[in-house]
Amino acid sequence: MISWRSTWSIYTRELMRFLRTAFQSVLAPVLTTSLYFIVFGAAIGGRMPDLGGVDYGAFIIPGLLMLTLLGETTSNSSFGIYMPRFTGTIYELLSAPVGVSETLLGFVGAAMTKSLLLAAIILLTARLFVDYSIAHPVLAVFYIMLVAAAFSLFGFILGIWADNFEKLGIIPMLFLTPLTFLGGTFYSIDMLPRPWDTIALANPIVYLVSGLRWTFYGQSDVNIWISFGITLGFLAICVAVIAFIFRTGWRLRA
Amino acid sequence: MEPILELSGLSKVYPGGLTALDNVDLTINKGEVFALLGPNGAGKTTLIGAVCGLVRPTSGSIRAFGHDLASDWRRARNRIGLVPQELSTDMFEPVHRAVSYSRGLFGLAPDRDRIEEILRSLSLWDKRDERIMALSGGMKRRVLIAKALAHEPDLLFLDEPTAGVDVELRKGMWAIVDTMRERGVTIILTTHYIEEAELMADRVGIINRGKLLMVDQKDAMMARLGRTEAHITLARPLSALPSEIARFPVELEPGGEVLCYRGGDGTGKGKAEVAALTKALIAADIDYVGIDTRESSLEEIFVSLLGEGKAA
Ligand SMILES: Nc1ncnc2c1ncn2[C@@H]1O[C@H](COP(=O)(O)OP(=O)(O)O)[C@@H](O)[C@H]1O
Ligand SMILES: [Mg+2]
Repeated sequence: MISWRSTWSIYTRELMRFLRTAFQSVLAPVLTTSLYFIVFGAAIGGRMPDLGGVDYGAFIIPGLLMLTLLGETTSNSSFGIYMPRFTGTIYELLSAPVGVSETLLGFVGAAMTKSLLLAAIILLTARLFVDYSIAHPVLAVFYIMLVAAAFSLFGFILGIWADNFEKLGIIPMLFLTPLTFLGGTFYSIDMLPRPWDTIALANPIVYLVSGLRWTFYGQSDVNIWISFGITLGFLAICVAVIAFIFRTGWRLRA
Repeated sequence: MEPILELSGLSKVYPGGLTALDNVDLTINKGEVFALLGPNGAGKTTLIGAVCGLVRPTSGSIRAFGHDLASDWRRARNRIGLVPQELSTDMFEPVHRAVSYSRGLFGLAPDRDRIEEILRSLSLWDKRDERIMALSGGMKRRVLIAKALAHEPDLLFLDEPTAGVDVELRKGMWAIVDTMRERGVTIILTTHYIEEAELMADRVGIINRGKLLMVDQKDAMMARLGRTEAHITLARPLSALPSEIARFPVELEPGGEVLCYRGGDGTGKGKAEVAALTKALIAADIDYVGIDTRESSLEEIFVSLLGEGKAA
């Protein structure tokens, strides 16, 4: 039996934490998105051909969105659980009559809300630079929420696994960022020479970027269902890992 | 007496092999104030952690309010509050919000009046909009108490509520404990200030190296282990103990000038016996010039028990 009040408390508190740094939370994505558009959209994009009939500036929007979302969602939720462990305030969550369901719904719900806000900010900023329209807006929102859920869970695992600040930063830095950059953010993997176009398919981020691009422009590097399936699979793995963590108390309970 | 918390055979071995709790059996009754007394590293925090879900017991069972904590933890934890030893709170949060959050987290509907009452009773109402980091250490601790009381628990753990707190604040804390006791909250507190246990607790448990060495009513413990010691300085030295006072537990100290009484218990029997002893001395025409009596405290009981614990 899940306690909705407890879930709501965790959810609102997480959002509050986000809003406490609202200025930074809004300004940072606006700034980075603008920079990417100035460099890739305006400077380089002018010399790029359209990709599948999509203007290059518009083409990179889903990639940029994914780049920011993955980074922000992962770091946000990993800090969200790491900091209470670090400062000891996690005692309250552990001693409360809440289980894995309340905790996850609260944390992940908040992460999804934040991601949608972030996505909205990025899309509005992008509008200043390029004209674009979204082919499947409802699916786009749904897909963003799905990815946000998966990566907030991933961040959650990271924040529980890490026992120092270095470890907290290392996975995003060593894996997430490079894989995102190599994941077709700024190019279509068709543009890669052989055999790199095939090797690129081993990068899971390719499917995420491609999936989001499909919801935007109705076309993508890989089939939307594969993208969707991989995102769901990743989500399921994360849920299973977290359920295991809560059941055993690994790194949470002494 | 209605048991509210029952630990049986509770053990905790930390990874690495340290036994922090060693087969602890303990029953806490409704409405009592129980002091868990022990030196640093004795296992007090571990015991509290095991009940509150912060520590996974290695073996043994815990029942709270009749619910087995291993299976029915939700219903038990609803009614348990914890004030941790460390001052850990979200420093950026305003007092009022931190306390309201705690209430919500435990699944209770918001209740402004109740929160106001809690904050007022802890003299935090004026600080309700302050961020916690702007408060003094004593106030931070009271915020933690307010958070623990926000869901109106029936059983409250206070882990070293007065450690590192000045005398004034300690007295304030005792008053808070008294108020809660009057409301019928069962309180388990840990401390290494023996005077605190003596002052506040109904029962005392002494723990060392994970073993609960003794649990008893505070008064009974004093009665069982308490001692009166009296030094009677004689007007003229004696060479041997006179037969008139042989029935008392007395010794003649080297030199024959001081008569030393050690006996009685913690109930005042010792004082009465010392009075009888002085009368016997006068009757036997042995004059004295000074009497110095003292009752042993829980502290001495504590120290002597720990000594035995070490020897074992
Ligand atoms: N998480 C932990 N891992 C390993 N050992 C621990 C841990 N927590 C406490 N201990 C050890 O267990 C013993 C009991 O600690 P604790 O319960 O905190 O004692 P107390 O609260 O009475 O001072 C100590 O020796 C302490 O070092
Ligand atoms: Mg302790």
